Amino acid sequence: MFAGASAILVLVMVLLWLAFRRGPAVRKGGPAAEERDERIWIKGLGLAFPLATLAALTAYGLVVGERLLPRPGPDVVTVGAEGRQWAWTFTYADAPGRATGGHPATSPAGRPVDVAITSADVIQSFWVPRLAGKLDAVPGHVNILRIEAWEPGDYAGLGAEFNGPGYAGHRFTVRAHDAAGWEAFLAEETP
Amino acid sequence: MTPSPGPLTALRRHRALTRIWASDPGWKGWFTTVNHTDLGRMFIVASMVFFAAGGLLAMLIRAQLASPRSAFMGPETYAQVFTMHGTIMMFLFAIPLIEGIAIYLLPKMLGSRDLAFPRLTAYGFWCYALGGSMLIVSLLLGIAPDSGWFMYPPLSSSAFSPGPNSDFWLLGITFVEISAMAAAVEITVTILRYRAPGMSLARMPVFAWYMLVVAVMILTGFPPLILGSVLLELERAFGLPFFRPEAGGDALLWQHLFWLFGHPEVYIIFLPAAGIISTILPVLSRTTLLGYAWVVAAAIALGVLSFGLWVHHMFTTGIPHMGLAFFSAASTLVAVPTGVQIFAWIGTLWKGEPQLRLPMLWILAFFVTFVIGGLTGVMVAVVPFDWQVHDTHFIVAHLHYVLIGGFVFPMLAALYYWMPHLTGRRRFFRLGETAFWLVTLGFHLTFLAVHWVGLLGQRRRIHTYDGGDGWEVINLIASIGGFVSAIGFALILLDVAVNAAVAVRGPRNPWGAGTLEWAMPMPPAPITSPPCRRSAAATPSMTTPRCPFASLAAKAIWAIPRATGAKR
Repeated sequence: MFAGASAILVLVMVLLWLAFRRGPAVRKGGPAAEERDERIWIKGLGLAFPLATLAALTAYGLVVGERLLPRPGPDVVTVGAEGRQWAWTFTYADAPGRATGGHPATSPAGRPVDVAITSADVIQSFWVPRLAGKLDAVPGHVNILRIEAWEPGDYAGLGAEFNGPGYAGHRFTVRAHDAAGWEAFLAEETP
Repeated sequence: MTPSPGPLTALRRHRALTRIWASDPGWKGWFTTVNHTDLGRMFIVASMVFFAAGGLLAMLIRAQLASPRSAFMGPETYAQVFTMHGTIMMFLFAIPLIEGIAIYLLPKMLGSRDLAFPRLTAYGFWCYALGGSMLIVSLLLGIAPDSGWFMYPPLSSSAFSPGPNSDFWLLGITFVEISAMAAAVEITVTILRYRAPGMSLARMPVFAWYMLVVAVMILTGFPPLILGSVLLELERAFGLPFFRPEAGGDALLWQHLFWLFGHPEVYIIFLPAAGIISTILPVLSRTTLLGYAWVVAAAIALGVLSFGLWVHHMFTTGIPHMGLAFFSAASTLVAVPTGVQIFAWIGTLWKGEPQLRLPMLWILAFFVTFVIGGLTGVMVAVVPFDWQVHDTHFIVAHLHYVLIGGFVFPMLAALYYWMPHLTGRRRFFRLGETAFWLVTLGFHLTFLAVHWVGLLGQRRRIHTYDGGDGWEVINLIASIGGFVSAIGFALILLDVAVNAAVAVRGPRNPWGAGTLEWAMPMPPAPITSPPCRRSAAATPSMTTPRCPFASLAAKAIWAIPRATGAKR
């Protein structure tokens, strides 16, 4: 995307530069020339070129987006995430009654996790940059975000929608366990 | 009126008409005037004052973010500053400036004495002045709106913003919106009904076409926000449940209403700038606009399409992927008519002999900046990419490239192009070129750095950040660039002031343009129109020898600059 954008930028700049560099000798007036100019500039570069590029890009984006959708599967784990000013609370479908505060949310590594995101007060946004894009926490709605950590470890997470004075510090951590660690976490006594 | 002895010569008639159409003399005139030239200038000057205020806030933001140790505002104050920066620039600077330019220029371009409803113009101005002053007063008192310029409830509702902050926004902005509606009614009727005889829609100056599209867009796009503001204010004042989920409302309703206004708003800001480029660029290339009909069609297509993509501001709100696919496609589709215009302009440059005068420099700055902004715009229209960069500084950089590149730079081209018309003087001091380089280089330094830090994950609207993420140097570069461009803007102000006050008088129509506003005395007299009346035979009276514009009309070149004009 960056390379394509750079190429288009360079193309436009070269065309602009040439406009100032060309001598007046090559210019011919008349309706025929006007029509030729319209064909090249407007129908060619103005209509056909962006239509083709954008159609390809949009199709690609939709295919990628489709792959990221939460689809049901045998090993999907569901974690609830509730945002509030300025903390997150996480609940676990596999361990009813368990709730952890913002540090850390726990999840298994190597298995897809559906995060059911909602908000207790204002609109928040749930974002773990290394695991997935962001999804808003809207009061009265539950949004499902599919994340998957391939390696066990800690992943930094952020609230990503301005939600008042505590916004800068609105952080959490997702801790991905290996299979044994996840079982141990689920088996822990409810405090 | 005093009885005039002798025949009614042109000069005597001009004086008699001036007595009728001029504003009251002295300070009283400022408050009672309904003259479009004066009101246009008042709109333009007021919007410049707000631009200075918004710019000052921008400098506060860059000072705050320059390094992790330079934060001098707490989060509460910082929230007011960034909210007001966005609000002022969008509502109190951009839209009123467009209205001011249209109010000043349109009757002159169309060959009409005044706008259709002069009192409505004045009403609009005073609504704008009232609403804008309310917001500035709240800022000075330290109780300015602080929920971000798009005011998402429930953060802006009474439960989470109990102070009067949000109320200032809702009431003040509603007054400004009413002002915009008034101007839009005015512009639509004037363009459709008050053109000089013989000027058909197909021969109208292209700027008028753009303004017609914009005015219709304002009439369609602003009511949703007025409605949203009224609903939110009712909720805040009387506890009605529109946006409160616990009472059966829905917080997303606001986002739909806001962006149904907010995205067309971007094109409402861009299209007049495009109209100005379509007007100036051919004149400075000594040729005609390539593909007039195509450009007009592209403007109309933009106006229509822009109402179909508001949801791309809401890609992360949990809308089903099918819906996202539609809005993603629409968001990329909107790049097509934009592309048509860009290439029509480049084709015009190729067709003519472009001259590197100061307005042309600003147009070139527009090309570079706006194309980059458009390309990053296509990137964020791709849904998975947007899920990552949404609400980061990447978006901040994108929108500044589009709005400053696509609006402010063309407006500066317009400023230098029409300055001789406003003042009747020729630019003498050449500060403008220095200012040009300061502003453009400073701008790109700032916002290229902001793109970069956004990709590194810096969220927008955080009041400070920790050291160690590699953000410090980038933010420092951005802040330095910001101050350089601010110095450039100050220099432009100085340039304009000095040249308006002391420069030598210039010739009429210095650019050799073909539009009618240049065929009048400079600076403009209170009556602006060619006093040609539709003749009984309904033939275009432009051919009447007594009409001062006979020569222009005879060649049927309303919108088209002469190919042979004064070179300087």
